[in-house]
Amino acid sequence: MKKLVLISFVLAAFFANAQSDKYVAAMKKNLTLMDSAKTTADFQNVSNAFERIGDAEKTQWLPYYYAGLALTIPAWTDQKLDKDANSEKIKAFCDKAEAIEKNAEISAIRNMAATQQMLIDPQTRWQTYGMEASKELQKGMQLDPNNPRLYYLQAMSLFNTPEQFGGGKDKAKPIFQKSVDLFKKQDHKPLYPDWGQKQAEDMLAKCQ
Amino acid sequence: MKKIWLLFVFISLQIISLAQTKIRGKVKDGKGHPLAGASISLKNSYDGATSDSLGNFSFTTTEHGDFILSVTSLGYKDFEQAVTLKQEPIIINAILKEKLDEMRAVTITAGSFSAGDTKRAAVLSSLDVATTAGSNADITAALKTLPGTSQVGEQEGLFVRGGAGYETKQFIDGQLVNNPYYSSVPDLAQRGRFSPFLFKGTVFSTGGYSALYGQALSSALLLESIDLPERSEIDASVSPLFWGAGTQQLAQNKKSSWGINYGYTNVGLYFDAVKQDVDYFKVPQFHTLDANFRIKTKSGGIIKYYTTFSHNQLGIRRPDVDSADLKDAFGLKNYNWYNNLTWKEYLNNGWKMNLGISYSTNKDNILQQVQDAQDQPKPFPDSSFWMLYKNFTLVHRQDLSQGKIVLEKKLGGISALRFGSEYWYSYDNSNYNDTALIKLKDNYTALFAESDIYLTNEIAAKIGGRFEYSSIINRSDFAPRVSLAYKTGKDAQVSMAYGIFYQKPENAQLDYATNLGYTKATHYILNYQKMSNDRIFRLEVYYKKYDALVKTIPLFYNYYTTFNNGGSGYAQGIDFFWRDKKSIKNFDYWISYSYLDTKRNYLNYPAQLMPNFAATHTASLVMKRFITKIKTGFNVTYSFASGRPYYNFMLDNNNKFYIADQGKTKDYNSMNFSAEYVPSVGNTKAKTFVVFFVSMSNVLGYNAIYGYNYSFNGDTKQAITPPAKRFYFFGIFLSWGVDRSQDAINNNL
Repeated sequence: MKKLVLISFVLAAFFANAQSDKYVAAMKKNLTLMDSAKTTADFQNVSNAFERIGDAEKTQWLPYYYAGLALTIPAWTDQKLDKDANSEKIKAFCDKAEAIEKNAEISAIRNMAATQQMLIDPQTRWQTYGMEASKELQKGMQLDPNNPRLYYLQAMSLFNTPEQFGGGKDKAKPIFQKSVDLFKKQDHKPLYPDWGQKQAEDMLAKCQ
Repeated sequence: MKKIWLLFVFISLQIISLAQTKIRGKVKDGKGHPLAGASISLKNSYDGATSDSLGNFSFTTTEHGDFILSVTSLGYKDFEQAVTLKQEPIIINAILKEKLDEMRAVTITAGSFSAGDTKRAAVLSSLDVATTAGSNADITAALKTLPGTSQVGEQEGLFVRGGAGYETKQFIDGQLVNNPYYSSVPDLAQRGRFSPFLFKGTVFSTGGYSALYGQALSSALLLESIDLPERSEIDASVSPLFWGAGTQQLAQNKKSSWGINYGYTNVGLYFDAVKQDVDYFKVPQFHTLDANFRIKTKSGGIIKYYTTFSHNQLGIRRPDVDSADLKDAFGLKNYNWYNNLTWKEYLNNGWKMNLGISYSTNKDNILQQVQDAQDQPKPFPDSSFWMLYKNFTLVHRQDLSQGKIVLEKKLGGISALRFGSEYWYSYDNSNYNDTALIKLKDNYTALFAESDIYLTNEIAAKIGGRFEYSSIINRSDFAPRVSLAYKTGKDAQVSMAYGIFYQKPENAQLDYATNLGYTKATHYILNYQKMSNDRIFRLEVYYKKYDALVKTIPLFYNYYTTFNNGGSGYAQGIDFFWRDKKSIKNFDYWISYSYLDTKRNYLNYPAQLMPNFAATHTASLVMKRFITKIKTGFNVTYSFASGRPYYNFMLDNNNKFYIADQGKTKDYNSMNFSAEYVPSVGNTKAKTFVVFFVSMSNVLGYNAIYGYNYSFNGDTKQAITPPAKRFYFFGIFLSWGVDRSQDAINNNL
């Protein structure tokens, strides 16, 4: 009897381990796929794969995070994409991720989704989606005042705002600097988001 | 033993993971078109795929046993199928049904222009209303740049598609507004009483409007008031013409707010600087005081109260048309108090309730007097009655109390059923030369129901009806309303509307004859619209038939009259609208053009004639450009209308009207300019927001003639012209608290 109990423990541990190995492997595989993705369809594909992992795992927020992140990438460049629908989908992933854990990384995704909706028609949408984007940024900074990606996004928004509206290179530069400094200090946990450092450094160089 | 066990487990796991099942298939929508980008997944596993551009997918899974395969795609209902994985290939043909979705579904646009920041089919935003040159933040003036409206400058009101001004009614949060404009002054159009900044959305219907509204033959202007403000703030405005101050206070928990504003307008200084063609013996002055509160309820509903009190007065003197030595003096004092309380609530099981009550009272003290060269009253003998009736005093009071309830139930998805009732009690009392006229009291009741039916995202119908009863004329009627919309492409749609609209005769007519029936209009509208984020194209054709219009029946010359419903008429035409924010960077413009063919036999018209407020061709070009470098916006509006007919109807020996004289005014042209300088724009940290606003009407100085007034004998006519060629305005608007700097333009004006 004792043996049976022991065996079942061993088996359970084995399966649990196998399960988490499987999770890590699947996440790694899809992160690699996301890095090599080029077209909107590629990104949708990898987003769907992350969603499946999230739905199956139920207790991991990272798959939903990446499902959302993957959709933000083509929205910066694809002119034909229905950005309202895309952003709504991203926000739905954020809702699912936040149901598991609330954190600054998800706020960063929400900020991008709102910014992309604002960019459809900045003049009229500035007051709605622009406000939403800056609120998400503030929320994220409250959750984690040292998240380099949030400062990168804040600086990007300043960089792209005309000087007359309180933006511009000079305003963005110290914030890119702060972002880069924070990136250097950051220690990286496996599977956790680590994008943005190179972009922030490139942008900082542009501000010089 | 232990080792063998483990080995066994290990091997079996290997076998399981090697045993693969291939799943492939195709995803299509209900019409058989392939769906790309759909997500296919084996529930509770990592395995799945995404459909390609032909809708095909294929993947292998190492899972085995019973699973649910799900196919999902944005805008479609989820597809699920049970599958048993046992290494045999599985082929799935998934047909996804379209989800009815408000964001994607067609909207009925026939006859209606939406303005506002939340409305999906919005043609104008509320900021557009304020920054349209020539509007000076007057809603009506801004709407006159849309097709279907006439450029009538001598009377207030929206003259829509061959309809008179009183055929357009305004509703705030569903409730009728009895006196939407400052009281009429002869030959001088008055502004609306309500600032565009009170409203978050506007629907301007040029015909075929919903069964929830009635008693407007031509058009309904539906104004939806704002909810809670974003933040607390204090506002102030200064200009040579007026000053104002106010505050909005939002509670800490952001669940309620209150506000109060006061404004005072006195154009005396302005008239000293800019010469007016008419003699103002009393300089126009306005006091306005308004207050509001708004409370959010637990279930997401809102209670809103808005009240405004205003007092204004003016006196003008113009040359008398019958005698060169005499003058007509007109004096007006007006008191107006308006109250509107509404409660919107979400009930259980998809029910929504809109409750409203409203009360308004309006009092005009009018003095009309013929004066001599020394500005002294000139008495006349009874024999010259046509001069005698130009001397009078009138005290006119109009009250309206109303209640309205609308219940709405969502019917599976986005279809909805709406029904309700409204009751108006109106009271109208005039004292003419200190003699009390009949007190008009009317109990008006209406029952209405309408249903939004969405068959698919492409086809929608709105079917409704309205039963109305008015006690003063003791008549009831039933007004059916139907509209349909069909989506013909991604951004394009065709819609049509049909409806019957009734309106009771005006009080000035009911004073003399209460045995009148409803006037009636039947609308047929066909609309095509193509709309993307930056561009809107609209084309609408319509036919409107008028029946039972009120006719004037002279009893003793033109002095005593009665009325009947013997009139008729029609209006038909084409309305065109194009707005483009895309083609030229940072430049926004719209073009409206209306072709109107209308004739009517009403009041003292001897036959069906083109009415004097209608023009065959009307066009507007509105241009806006904000230059961020200098934080300044420039707006130019150009309006054109072909000449309008004018008539002099006189009585013949048989006491019948005939056309003694007629003609057509010259074409109307007007170019208006405005600019706003917003130094704090985009500065989210600024505590004080300032907007400098300047405007100038009729930049090019056209001499507008709106029509002619005739002397009693018909020998002389006097052109109706604006009191000054141009109107200039300069003002500074300040607000402390939140960046409403763009909104602050012309607030309180």
